[in-house]
Amino acid sequence: METTEYILKVKDIHKSYGNVEVLKGVSFNVKKGETKCFIGPSGTGKSTLLRCINQLTVPDQGQIWLHDEEVTHAGPRINYFRQRIGMVFQNFYLFDHLTAVRNVEIALIKVLRMNPKEAREKAMYELNQVGMADWADHYPAELSGGQAQRVSIARALAMDPDVILFDEPTSALDPELTREVIEVMRNLASLGMTMLVVTHEMGFACSAANEILFMENGRVIEQGSPSDLLNNPQFERCKAFIGQYHGFHE
Amino acid sequence: MSTESIILDWLPYLSEGIAVTLGLVACSLGIGLIMGLPMALGQIYGSRPVQIIVGTYVWFFRGLPVLVLLFLFYFGIFPGIGLGGIPAFIVGGTVLGLRGAAYQSQIFRGAIQSISEGQMTAARSLGMSRFTAIKSIILPQAMRIALPGWSNEYPEMLTESSVCYAIGVAELLTRSSQIVSQTYITLPIYIVCALIFILLNYIGMKGLTILEKKLKIPGFGGGGEGAL
Repeated sequence: METTEYILKVKDIHKSYGNVEVLKGVSFNVKKGETKCFIGPSGTGKSTLLRCINQLTVPDQGQIWLHDEEVTHAGPRINYFRQRIGMVFQNFYLFDHLTAVRNVEIALIKVLRMNPKEAREKAMYELNQVGMADWADHYPAELSGGQAQRVSIARALAMDPDVILFDEPTSALDPELTREVIEVMRNLASLGMTMLVVTHEMGFACSAANEILFMENGRVIEQGSPSDLLNNPQFERCKAFIGQYHGFHE
Repeated sequence: MSTESIILDWLPYLSEGIAVTLGLVACSLGIGLIMGLPMALGQIYGSRPVQIIVGTYVWFFRGLPVLVLLFLFYFGIFPGIGLGGIPAFIVGGTVLGLRGAAYQSQIFRGAIQSISEGQMTAARSLGMSRFTAIKSIILPQAMRIALPGWSNEYPEMLTESSVCYAIGVAELLTRSSQIVSQTYITLPIYIVCALIFILLNYIGMKGLTILEKKLKIPGFGGGGEGAL
């Protein structure tokens, strides 16, 4: 069956805030291990789209399935789906009162009911994955932005999610710190993590994404592989955007 | 007999008032905490009716002078529900507690509302229920932020407890004035009474400062290494 090969299906998502329709019907499917990057001008609904996927924002219309189970209209079961769908935020949102390792393990203990010893081991393993094991006992206020973001990636990874949503993970970081976070994400992509990434980092999108979706005015206007996007004349809008905003050529 | 030796004779009786005064403070802080925190949560996360009930409660208990409240409860409400003969201490402790709850709920409310929305968002994104997120993420942060303001309630309540004099609770001021009327030594007795209040205040604040230091985390309340 061809439907079962997709782990995440997004169909015709609409969302309005007041009179402004932010999302005007977005659909796409995601296979296991795929990395999809969403690019486009600010205010076109990319972040709203990601937040609709784990229902932090409830869409007005449309459906989302994870492994053929409907995420939309899930009621209290949404907490289960959110365990399966990790999220990394632009401003990290680390828990300010907890050390790095406590940030990573708290959901393992409180949500997955793992015993504290196991949770600590798992958390240290994930911190090690993102190169933050040496900072395990530091509080968020003591970390640089890049370090904080890597901890927040570890926090999402620790749940062993089916897919991770990255909402502009490097937009609050300077170029130096952006590089260390991108490095971690590139590594995850190569390890086969399924990722949806809203980003302005064209270098990452072109080298790590299986597909780039260009959004404008609440719709996906153009989509294709990075090489399509660079070589195929049909992707005019996207290329113009990239050239204009990033001085990116070839 | 010299003034000093008269005061010394009466000191044991006066110091028994310390326990009564501290008992009133414990009632007001304790009842205030136990009621104030759920009230703050109700006001923020509760349904509209809950918010209105809490709002009205706060408005009532903050809007009346504490002396008026004491008289209302002592002469009206307690006898009205058939508890007329109850010790004045219970009435005083209850009134101070109910009033403390109104004030403390607003301290907690402010602290909870000062936690950035991202904390809740991140907690929910990990699959935590709203309840778990409040309990494990929001409250541990909010209580640290509330602590300095909450500590302020201690000297407030300590000094305020002396209004229970008006309904005859045998606390420090009541005992002092009894001693004055027995001995006709006025100012020295009240000075001793004042010194005891100052001492209690000092000890309590010292303890709370130590507690604040113990609970301190970088990034909370300023002065942390990473905080600008």
